[in-house]
Amino acid sequence: MTTIELKRVANVIRQDIISMLVTAKSGHPGGSLSAADIVATLFFNEMRINPKDPKWADRDRFVLSKGHAAPVLYSALAEKGYFSKEELKGLRQTGHMLQGHPDMKKTPGVDMSTGSLGQGLSAANGMALAGKLDGKDYRVYALLGDGEMAEGQVWEAAMASAHYKLDNVTAIIDYNGLQIDGKTDSVMCSAPLLEKWQAFCWHVIEVDGHDIDALLAAFAEAKTVKGKPTMIIAKTVKGKGVSFMEDQAGWHGNAPSVEQGEQALKELREEAANLG
Amino acid sequence: MADKQATREAYGKALLILGAENPNVVVLDADLSKSTKTADFGKKYPERFFNMGIAESNLLGTAAGLAAAGKIPFASTFAIFAVGRAFEQIRNSIAYPKLNVKIAATHSGITVGEDGGSHQAIEDVAIMRAVPNMVVLVPADGEETRQVILASAKYYGPVYIRMGRLDVPLLFDEDYHFEIGKANVLKEGTDVAIMANGIMVSMALEAASDLAAEGIKVSVVNVASVKPLDEDTIVRVAKTTKAVVTAEEHNIIGGLGSAISEVLAERQPTPIVRVGLKDTFGESGKPVELLEKYGLTKAALIKAVHEVLAKKQK
Repeated sequence: MTTIELKRVANVIRQDIISMLVTAKSGHPGGSLSAADIVATLFFNEMRINPKDPKWADRDRFVLSKGHAAPVLYSALAEKGYFSKEELKGLRQTGHMLQGHPDMKKTPGVDMSTGSLGQGLSAANGMALAGKLDGKDYRVYALLGDGEMAEGQVWEAAMASAHYKLDNVTAIIDYNGLQIDGKTDSVMCSAPLLEKWQAFCWHVIEVDGHDIDALLAAFAEAKTVKGKPTMIIAKTVKGKGVSFMEDQAGWHGNAPSVEQGEQALKELREEAANLG
Repeated sequence: MADKQATREAYGKALLILGAENPNVVVLDADLSKSTKTADFGKKYPERFFNMGIAESNLLGTAAGLAAAGKIPFASTFAIFAVGRAFEQIRNSIAYPKLNVKIAATHSGITVGEDGGSHQAIEDVAIMRAVPNMVVLVPADGEETRQVILASAKYYGPVYIRMGRLDVPLLFDEDYHFEIGKANVLKEGTDVAIMANGIMVSMALEAASDLAAEGIKVSVVNVASVKPLDEDTIVRVAKTTKAVVTAEEHNIIGGLGSAISEVLAERQPTPIVRVGLKDTFGESGKPVELLEKYGLTKAALIKAVHEVLAKKQK
């Protein structure tokens, strides 16, 4: 896909996120919107996947370690054709398949159940180890949050990825700088992330997480790195694309009202029109 | 019954059988491979052995990922670190998605001995039993451990296997048959039943012999499969004996005694006495001395049988 096409996909994903959360009346808009460009680039350009065969043994895997951003994943899966877009209306509702956090048992295309922060990279490493054992060339992508960096298990896993030379792992930090209780660095300072991940023997790339071309280049670079895993630190804006949500910690886990949702969709449709 | 073997030893040997049989079997450890006995597998199949260092959360999380990609991981460390440190990884990364991970934990209970109470898991069965999708197995001897490990590899889904450090009597031979969800009646008696697992099974058999000399006919049931529990066998035996003693090297809260009490309370109300740790932590000491101090002996079982028979007569 071209850059402009990926931008359009990301815009549609953002619209889906807003619509889903308005209907569900709960969920996490901020960290879903911040990750939309990353997820769009992965699912619509980068990853080797087949929506008709979600369990294909040779597919690339995606682990949403920051599982509360489930809406961004669900939208990407629906837009990709893993299931009908109608399903998005059932988000977080009793008896529906789209759980509050990703559930690999219920939702086709979800490679790992996540939601409890800190656990995704370990699972991604396991998949990557299995891939190496089986002589398969699939890659494993894991998307983490910056607030999640406070979880000790992340660093246990970081050590192991490098120890086992998992160059088939590409992790991404959605570095939006905010978490529930405020600015990430005031809640629990995790900076400097670049130096930390380098010190853990990872290949580290810093990008603007809303710059599709930069993301494409980073994913391409990661594939050329041998003998070590790659971390892409993607600087993002929480709530990206919706003016009143941008850079507001308060929109971490609150759904927009119907009126707020309409305002948000209006802005996103205007952006879509500008994209042509 | 002179020969002894620790269940962890049998585990290490069973892994070698599995390693040869099934290329999808992989083993993970957290810097305790000499103690958990996974080291031999590591030597024979280095490419399928992953030492994760002293990082149990990551140990179990990585096992989940290996299982999600089609492997059959056996993840080993001491019971306290698996169930204790990594509880939520077991719960959310393994049991919730029903991934095919075998949590093979050694050094359970007070027979850890000298390392003391911090290292003696006495609540692990209770915790694992409360987790949906989890199978909980507590083998009694080397042969049963071998069969438990092989059966766990054939079963699809998460399994918690509780093993010990101490050498324990060999009770069974190859004619013995373990099956997930089945209890084994080792001895039929009409007066009272001792339902036990792990290291308490051999003591239950010895207690039954002593009690026979007193004219008390004891059923001995080996309940290695704590979950799923063989409710029908437990109810059938309790119906006959009308008195039950449970025995486990675990807190009396939440483990085998609780599981059997729950079933009998609902299906076959029966007087029960539970033998186990009386809601207390262990301490440092020689395993045999600790068993004595905390009431996990043949004598304690005989005493419990007399107690439950007195209840039965009321």
